[in-house]
Amino acid sequence: MPPSDTPKHEQPQGVGGGPGDQPLIVFDQVVKRFGDLTVLDHLDFSVAPGERVTLIGPSGSGKTTILRLLMTLEKVTEGVIWVDGEPYSHMRRGSHLSPASEGYLRQRRKRVGMVFQQFNLFPNMTVRQNIIEAPVHVLGKPKDEANARAAELLEMVGLSDKIDAHPTQLSGGQQQRVAIARALAMSPEILLLDEVTSALDPELVAGVLDVLREIAETTDITMLCVTHEMTFARDVSHRVLMFDQGRIAEEGPPEQIFGDPREERTKSFLSSVLDNGH
Amino acid sequence: MDFLIQRLPLYLDGAWVTVQLTLGGSALAFVLAMFFGTMGTIRHWLPRAVATVYVEVFRGIAALVLMFWMAFALPQLSGFQLDDRFAAILALGLNVGAYGAEVVRSSINAVPRAQVEAAVALNFSWSQRMRLVVLPQAWAQMLPTFGNLVIELMKATAVVFLIGVVDLTAVAQQMRQSTGETVIAFVGAFVLYYLIAQVLILGMRLLERRANRKLGRTSPGGAGPLALLRPPAVDTRTGAGK
Repeated sequence: MPPSDTPKHEQPQGVGGGPGDQPLIVFDQVVKRFGDLTVLDHLDFSVAPGERVTLIGPSGSGKTTILRLLMTLEKVTEGVIWVDGEPYSHMRRGSHLSPASEGYLRQRRKRVGMVFQQFNLFPNMTVRQNIIEAPVHVLGKPKDEANARAAELLEMVGLSDKIDAHPTQLSGGQQQRVAIARALAMSPEILLLDEVTSALDPELVAGVLDVLREIAETTDITMLCVTHEMTFARDVSHRVLMFDQGRIAEEGPPEQIFGDPREERTKSFLSSVLDNGH
Repeated sequence: MDFLIQRLPLYLDGAWVTVQLTLGGSALAFVLAMFFGTMGTIRHWLPRAVATVYVEVFRGIAALVLMFWMAFALPQLSGFQLDDRFAAILALGLNVGAYGAEVVRSSINAVPRAQVEAAVALNFSWSQRMRLVVLPQAWAQMLPTFGNLVIELMKATAVVFLIGVVDLTAVAQQMRQSTGETVIAFVGAFVLYYLIAQVLILGMRLLERRANRKLGRTSPGGAGPLALLRPPAVDTRTGAGK
């Protein structure tokens, strides 16, 4: 039994977060190591409901790991992640926390959706099946309803005519828009976007970003976005976190981070990204 | 030639037994391969250990010895006499199933990790991930090797006359002994084995083509019925294609 003066079983209060709201996501002293490599180093941060946060930083700084932890694709090494005031990386066992079981994770990750850099559409399914299988099998939605929603979502991403196509018949940009529709079909409250335009040819990027802009404008989905698209980040996000070596080097509203960065690391990172023509 | 044509019904009877053993053994091998192969990919040590024991035991035992054991030793131990054909099917299925389990295991492991992660992100359960995402993709990978195993199994049936099953080889032997026409008696068996193998190969290629089509791949070797007669040439694995 842990002594009561290590209050791991309570979500820490007042660690950043949105304007007065109870934070939706809280990282409490989260450490993630892969072998000897420390990817996240006692990370504290929180995200308010409906907030759109962009994570920037050099590669290897831990941005993607944060998304993967939230999607439960990785387990924390130390620390606790909280979602909506309840432990997420862990589960309550009496008065203390133990690592979450697969059953618990399945309950909790329902609210989270993710779009991947490499799209990861299922090649054994058509576009329609990619979108409806999870709502039908996981949420138990009737097929008609799932089909109607798929048609709606495909219209939103501008691919209504591709509903019976195979992923291999689509361009990268089209595949990524289907992947966005697939994630949205599960009605997530939290949407994780992991460098969703990095694998795309330059001329296909705009179409994907337009879709994401529309989602940002028309829904109140909380978004965590790892991206090198600085213009997009400036347009849609409420807050930018600059990561370096597993810690937050600087954070602030996009105007400040991009317009008037204070930290040297942020300045040099931004200039290197801009030099590369992103 | 007349020799064979006159005795064709006998050869066909033997060939029919060979086909039965091949199909029965393949069906059993398939079920065992899928079951133990999938078990071998589970992270928990216990199912993995069970799968390993099955594979190592039945891969290590000669099919013929297993067949003898089923036909001769088992009745002594249990007092229960298996039907000869059933004993043959059991031995062949258990043996080839062990090879098949390794094919299934490695094909499942070859499905890109990213596909499993995408399925987790959609909150599919383990069995849903297997059924909807992993196995359909691994299937295309398994089929070429399954094709080889089916042919191997078919040829391995040629020893069943040793436990008294009258298959194609046994018929050829009988012909040889009763007529003394050694050369021609075996030519009949050659031809029929070859024909059975061709039908099996054709069937496996059809399955393979269908599996590739379902993954949105152009079938290796091209389209059209003539392509079925050619061995599949290029494996065009799908990437993040256009």
